[in-house]
Amino acid sequence: MTTSTALTTIGSTRTDVMSVNASEEQYVTFTVGSEEYGVNILSVREIRGWTPESRLPNLPDYVRGVINLRGIIIPIFDLRARFGGGATQVTKRHVVVVIQVGERTRGILVDAISDILAIGHDSIKPPPDVDSGMVDAEYLSGLYTAENRMVTLLNVEKLFSTEAGEAADAAAARVPLALDKAH
Amino acid sequence: MEDLSRFKQTYFDESAELLAVAESGLLRLTPGEVDSDEVNAIFRAVHSIKGGGGAFGFTELVAFAHEFETVMDGVRNTSIPVTTELVDTLIRANDVLGQMLAYAREEAAAPPGTTDDTVAALRRHLAGGPAEAAAPEPAPTAQPAAYPDDEDDEAGIFGDAMVAISAAREAEEGTAGAAAPVPEGKLRWTITFRPKPDLLLSGNEPTFMLRALRRLGDATIDCDLRSLPPLQALEAELLYLSWTVTLIADPDVDQEKINDVFEFVADECDIRIAVEAPVPAVAAPPAVQTSTDPVPVSAAPPPVPAAAAKPPEAAKGEPAKPRANGGGGGGGEHAGLTSHTIRVDLDKIDRLVNMVGEMVITQAMIAEHVRDLPPGEFQELLEGLEQLAQHTRELRESVMSIRAQPVSSVFSRMPRLVRECAAATGKEVQLVTSGETTEVDKTVVENLVDPLTHMIRNSIDHGLEGPEERERIGKPRAGTVHLSAQHRSGRIVIEITDDGRGINRPKVLSKAIEKGLVQPGASLSDEEIDNLIFLPGFSTADQVSNLSGRGVGMDVVRRNISSLGGRIGVYSAPGEGSRFVLSLPLTLAVLDGMVISVGEERFVLPLTNIVESLRPKAADLHGLVGKCDVMMARGEYVRLVYLHQLFGIPKAVTDPTRALVVLVETEDGARLGLVVDEVLGQQQVVIKSLEANFRRLDGVAAATILGDGRVALILDVAGLREMSRHHDSGYSRPPDPGQAALPAALPSPALEPV
Repeated sequence: MTTSTALTTIGSTRTDVMSVNASEEQYVTFTVGSEEYGVNILSVREIRGWTPESRLPNLPDYVRGVINLRGIIIPIFDLRARFGGGATQVTKRHVVVVIQVGERTRGILVDAISDILAIGHDSIKPPPDVDSGMVDAEYLSGLYTAENRMVTLLNVEKLFSTEAGEAADAAAARVPLALDKAH
Repeated sequence: MEDLSRFKQTYFDESAELLAVAESGLLRLTPGEVDSDEVNAIFRAVHSIKGGGGAFGFTELVAFAHEFETVMDGVRNTSIPVTTELVDTLIRANDVLGQMLAYAREEAAAPPGTTDDTVAALRRHLAGGPAEAAAPEPAPTAQPAAYPDDEDDEAGIFGDAMVAISAAREAEEGTAGAAAPVPEGKLRWTITFRPKPDLLLSGNEPTFMLRALRRLGDATIDCDLRSLPPLQALEAELLYLSWTVTLIADPDVDQEKINDVFEFVADECDIRIAVEAPVPAVAAPPAVQTSTDPVPVSAAPPPVPAAAAKPPEAAKGEPAKPRANGGGGGGGEHAGLTSHTIRVDLDKIDRLVNMVGEMVITQAMIAEHVRDLPPGEFQELLEGLEQLAQHTRELRESVMSIRAQPVSSVFSRMPRLVRECAAATGKEVQLVTSGETTEVDKTVVENLVDPLTHMIRNSIDHGLEGPEERERIGKPRAGTVHLSAQHRSGRIVIEITDDGRGINRPKVLSKAIEKGLVQPGASLSDEEIDNLIFLPGFSTADQVSNLSGRGVGMDVVRRNISSLGGRIGVYSAPGEGSRFVLSLPLTLAVLDGMVISVGEERFVLPLTNIVESLRPKAADLHGLVGKCDVMMARGEYVRLVYLHQLFGIPKAVTDPTRALVVLVETEDGARLGLVVDEVLGQQQVVIKSLEANFRRLDGVAAATILGDGRVALILDVAGLREMSRHHDSGYSRPPDPGQAALPAALPSPALEPV
């Protein structure tokens, strides 16, 4: 295995050379502002241009709304807003990455698609020890260096479970047990 | 009894199908050529009709079918040559069989002699080539081929059972002769019990049922392991086994007793029951003795020697006549038995439902475009579209009705539940049901089981008093639980009423305070207190019992019901009882709605909720103790609910005198005035799930796609009412009350560019 320094220097060449490596996985990367994020290509169902959404009431600003994806209704999450950058001012150039998480289909609104990278498991670095109040590290699956850019790899399952309020639902379902115990 | 008649209905329906199978097969029979598949199909059809008829005791029919079958058997093992004459006779026989079925269905005896001619003709064919007829084919080897292992062949339920019987017969007696294998004075039942894989998940245990069967008589149980997956694919919670039980029982064990064993799992498994009396069907005993069969009896299948032995009776020179009769009367005779139902694969119906859904969207889209056309010029187009809309609506209703099922399939499970609950609690309970025939979409029916189970348990466990206590307070010892269903304004309303003690409001309230669900000192209305029982974690039982009382019951019920687009309410009178009212949509697929707009958003209001829409005058508007606005509408004060406030929608019209008020009514009759910008028009919408990919939202029942492809949320009026209450009591109310009348007092200027 090559060392990490070598990886940095050969950068994307490595992608082509080693794409057959079994310990690698492909990631779709995209930009939000100046930051670059990646999600596992296996969870990406399609990438589509922005179409106007219908708003959903009483939800945080990063829940952008819902759109009609060929007859099914999927929610759109605004990644910029999720990371505290305020709601994205959408243009026709904005892109929705449609992602399959288990049974559910969701879209994330990003600025642009940037690349498809083959990333080896051992070249993914763990996220630094950040203050959990500042960054909810749960949905970060690691960091990767492509040429001189840092790509933040996202764990879509975690990202969406909190976004969609499933955690809250689960908490509500647990309440009775907690009460019984207290009783 | 009712169960038996249901099976009978199935039998007749299946028989009609089988007759058609046999007839088309017979018409394809070509003299001189024997397509064994074709012949087998006909044989099986006749055989199945006979088998089922035996189970219901249609002896004449069975006798005739037996003659028919015997000849078919001869054709199958090529001992009877296929001639035009034979085919004519067989077609005639098929018609007669249809007649016999029609008589059986009418529960009338066939006039004597109905079958004579045909039977004679059939026997003549049997006797026609007696040398070969009874001879060389050792039938037992041919027999297995005649019963292919295909369980879903056209022979259907009864055919399958007969396969089981014949297999059992072979196994037991090998090539033994025509002697009946069933001991004298006993009946042999063959019960094929094939549970669905998720049977165990509903807490049912097949072992108990098999044990119960064993108690009914002498049972031989075969377990079918065929669908058992390899170990790595095995799901521990799923059931892969099915059983065939051969039960030799006394005659007093009837079908009902056997059905009882499976009563609780009837919907979760596939049960086939067939019965055989000691003397199999009609094989006339004397025939056996007079057998002229040159081959050892043991080598022939039981029916053949019996019929073959009959002396070839006269009635020669008739062959042409039956043909004439058969051709002429066939249609009419079959008509008597025309099946009133067909069985259709659910997938096909769902595809149809989806197509209708897409059609409704397209139609709405056209309507939207047409609206912009100059009026007057396209009168005919508009009229045509109007008609199309009406037809679409009718089409939709017809399609939906295909999926409709009576709620009786759920209701019929409840008596047993009540019995068990009563036993467990030591109470005396009488269950009264009404409106079992009320129809509602299959999905709704299926999803009703759990909520109803919970609620009935709850009524018995918490609602009803014990017999002594009831006597002491002058009530009849046995408590009554009334379960009813009815259609009301496009929904199905299910009520569970008990005459127990009613909700103990002080106790509920103190419990809620104790559990921190309600702030101490809060003053709640009776209705609000009653509704506390739907909160998660609430339970008033002093002791946690097996039945209920874990405090997960009613909130789960409410969640289940609301996930079906339904609502639940409770009405209680202390000492007199409680009434739970469930209101559910009839279908989960399409609804008639009114499209409204608020700001830039559009919503759909279910038409069933709408009373009227109006633009109030300033004089009709009043503030109510600084809490909310009320409006005078038709002599009543109605609370106004600002949709833009509840949903936080910018750029909406906030002044009711410039907006519109849609007067809406919830299922329990509460009225609200919903303030919206505009009412855009009525439209049928296809209900799409928001939860499939996202989650439930307060005040939103579901979503839909409008004609322009955009998503619109379908509003849940009762949910909005709830929200507005919290809104009113939760916040120290944003400065709106006066604002209605005085648009100058804008709450948040940033949001008010209007």
